[in-house]
Amino acid sequence: MVVAEASTIEAAITGAVAAGTIYLLAATGEVLTERSGILNLGLEGIMMMGASASFIFTLCFNHLAGIVASMIIGALMALLLAFFSVTLRLNQVVTGLALTMFGTGLSGFICAPEVRSSIVRTINPAVPEEVALLNQAPRLLEVPIPILKDLPIVGRAFFTHNLIVYASIIFAVSMWVLLFKTKWGLSIRSVGENPAMADALGVNVYRIRYLSTMIGGALGGLAGAYIFLGYQPFWVEQITRGRGFIALALVILAAWSPLRAILVAYLFGGVEAFQYRVPLLGLGAQTPQFVLMLPYAVTILTLIFLSFSKVKRRISAPAALGTPYTREE
Amino acid sequence: MSKNLFILKLHHHVKFHGPKPKINVILKYGERQVQDVEDNKKKETLVEMIGIVKRFPGVIANDNVDFTLMPGEVHALLGENGAGKTTLMNILYGLYRPDAGMIKIEGKTVSISSPSRAIKLGIGMVHQNFRLIPTHTVAENVILNSPNTGFFINWQKIYDELKKQISKYGWRINPEARVWQLSAGEKQQVEILKLLYRGSRILIFDEPTSVLTPQESRMLFTTMRKMAEEGKGVVLITHKLEEALSVSDRVTVMRKGKVVLVKSTSMTTREELALAMIGRQEITQLPSQGSSKPSVPILSIRNLVVEGDKEEIAVNDASFDIYKGEILGIAGVSGNGQVELAEAIARIRKIKSGKILLEGRDVSSYSPRQMYENGVAYIPAEGARTGVVSDLTVMENMILKCYRYPPYSDKLLIKWREAAKLANMLVEKYQIVAPSINAKVKTLSGGNVQRLVLARELLGNPLTSPRLIIAVYPTSGLDIGAAEYVRTNLIEMRNEGAGILLISEDLDELLRMSNRIAVMYGGRIVGVFEGSQASKEVIGMLMARGAG
Repeated sequence: MVVAEASTIEAAITGAVAAGTIYLLAATGEVLTERSGILNLGLEGIMMMGASASFIFTLCFNHLAGIVASMIIGALMALLLAFFSVTLRLNQVVTGLALTMFGTGLSGFICAPEVRSSIVRTINPAVPEEVALLNQAPRLLEVPIPILKDLPIVGRAFFTHNLIVYASIIFAVSMWVLLFKTKWGLSIRSVGENPAMADALGVNVYRIRYLSTMIGGALGGLAGAYIFLGYQPFWVEQITRGRGFIALALVILAAWSPLRAILVAYLFGGVEAFQYRVPLLGLGAQTPQFVLMLPYAVTILTLIFLSFSKVKRRISAPAALGTPYTREE
Repeated sequence: MSKNLFILKLHHHVKFHGPKPKINVILKYGERQVQDVEDNKKKETLVEMIGIVKRFPGVIANDNVDFTLMPGEVHALLGENGAGKTTLMNILYGLYRPDAGMIKIEGKTVSISSPSRAIKLGIGMVHQNFRLIPTHTVAENVILNSPNTGFFINWQKIYDELKKQISKYGWRINPEARVWQLSAGEKQQVEILKLLYRGSRILIFDEPTSVLTPQESRMLFTTMRKMAEEGKGVVLITHKLEEALSVSDRVTVMRKGKVVLVKSTSMTTREELALAMIGRQEITQLPSQGSSKPSVPILSIRNLVVEGDKEEIAVNDASFDIYKGEILGIAGVSGNGQVELAEAIARIRKIKSGKILLEGRDVSSYSPRQMYENGVAYIPAEGARTGVVSDLTVMENMILKCYRYPPYSDKLLIKWREAAKLANMLVEKYQIVAPSINAKVKTLSGGNVQRLVLARELLGNPLTSPRLIIAVYPTSGLDIGAAEYVRTNLIEMRNEGAGILLISEDLDELLRMSNRIAVMYGGRIVGVFEGSQASKEVIGMLMARGAG
């Protein structure tokens, strides 16, 4: 009995980590983007396109090509957003949402079986048509880490995943080091708080915002690739299912810290994994919807908490978030 | 005498970074001038700006201006608002490109295309509005984008370095503190640290005392002298004569875009500088003071307790009356609760306990709008920031308080024709310089914004002209002409029977205008004086220590 309980907890954590990695990747990138003052509401579309690119290029070549392609497409879409919001100084909410719709539509189009098959076979004619038509691609294999995987409870939960899961933790920790322990990080955070001041001290505001948005986009693309290659083994249209927006909420909940993002991502991952268990646990039919609502409810509560003046002074959104910067003359 | 002089000269040469004024006092004028020339040859000029011209649409901000800065001097750049001082220094700091002219730094001709270029050349500027990130620490603000920091930041080392620098100047800020926790004076110190950390040798201060208390100002002046002693060049942009006289070695006076006077501070007088600044004698004839006799209290404050922004007790058990036809001046060093007191009476700040009575009626729970409807006018501190909506037009700002009432609106719509009539009338009456009543307020100069606020507030509501006027630092930041205009208007309102609460840091202004003066210290009213009996010394003492 005790053994069964332990394995249930183990399975729950494993599920939380597997699902949470999607959020962690996307949120780590979005933390960087928002810290530089750009709000990327196109994240959902970027993830969708990342998933599509990983699908097509994995079919054409291999996993590595799929992953690289997803990050490139993510960065390119973010470049588009950066051009709109940094150079053209357009409203970031409108352009971000437009990018999401664009990504969703384009992804649905290029991954429709016939279109996909012809794209794949144009890039690599050696791929047989029946493979290209299948709504599936080879999954990423789990790579258990020796020794660590034998730790009680956390061993299997954390150390028997595919490589993207491990990479996501490394990315999040590195992002924290970058933001808070390095000169670049200070520049990025300053640009997000007060671009005019950073500019006056010689920080290249535009370059930092472009780069931060593009790196954030690349991680968003990777998150998309992970959904398809590592988390959900078959293709469906709109594969991200609003997770890009959950990731945006998560950034707020993590108060713009990549370390807190790890915790919150696994929490949200746990909620997501839980909804698939609800039928097994014999709870009411509406429970999954209720559970799915929780992350958003928690986010709203967090926003209320952050609005208290005492908290606001310590933790708050980057002051220049969503505000285009123009040099005064 | 000549022997003495020789010794002094020697002394001067050995240590010419030392405080010069002492020597200046002893040297005769003629000899001093000769010496200046000798000095200048020996020292390399730090900054030389020659024939600078800068035009803005419709104005020449700098008209063939020459300016020099020597190492080891504090150089005051004096002039009224709009004289072109800040423009000239913004050119030196790379914010503006000059239309003509040449800049030499240590003898080398340079082109300063941007602030970061200026910083590389050792030029640093402390702006009027601090450019700091409140959520970041002092150290983070200081080292941002500095070339002296490695890729990975060694915070401990930076804290130690900064602490050394801070104690050298006798300051008390903690490099690990967040900037939002600091006072205005301390924030300014962070700005200075920023410049020093980047190795600036040329430090420009743009009206640095406008946000400081007198003590903080004195501390700043000490810092400036210390920096000059270290061989740095310090430029003090100011419109306050006393500042120029008390801290500078040399003074350049600008008027209407031109340099009208360059002199050693010791060789000039207050009168000479004032004349150079305004181009005419400072004639001030305020309306008579004794004409109105106090009668009925218009405002009564009883045991008022008010909290400040940090939930500290800002106003502590204050009680006083203001009578019809009286100006009650509140003297005090800034930050002793005056602003909170005014905000509480204007009903834009919560009252913790106590009562506010307007003509005997308890108005402690009134809204600002109810106060307005009952004839209370409020001229806030920093009118340009809190008194207007700078993205709205002059006309819209003029009717900002009265638009709800006829004749400016009926039940549904604003009557723009009436609004325009009012705006045109006020613009003319108060001589507001604006392109048109449809121009955005942000295009107006500070003095004109203050006139606008004054015009709107002194108009009162459609039923009555104001019976109580709360004026918080109404003349701060204004040039002499505009300040006199504000004072004259307030006194006229007083003579027409309004009660006025005047909060000011300028003791001379208070003494000239007030019927009675109350001194605030630590949130308490520590003394009330009849205007005729008030002495500057006694009030000054109370302001500084809270007790005679």
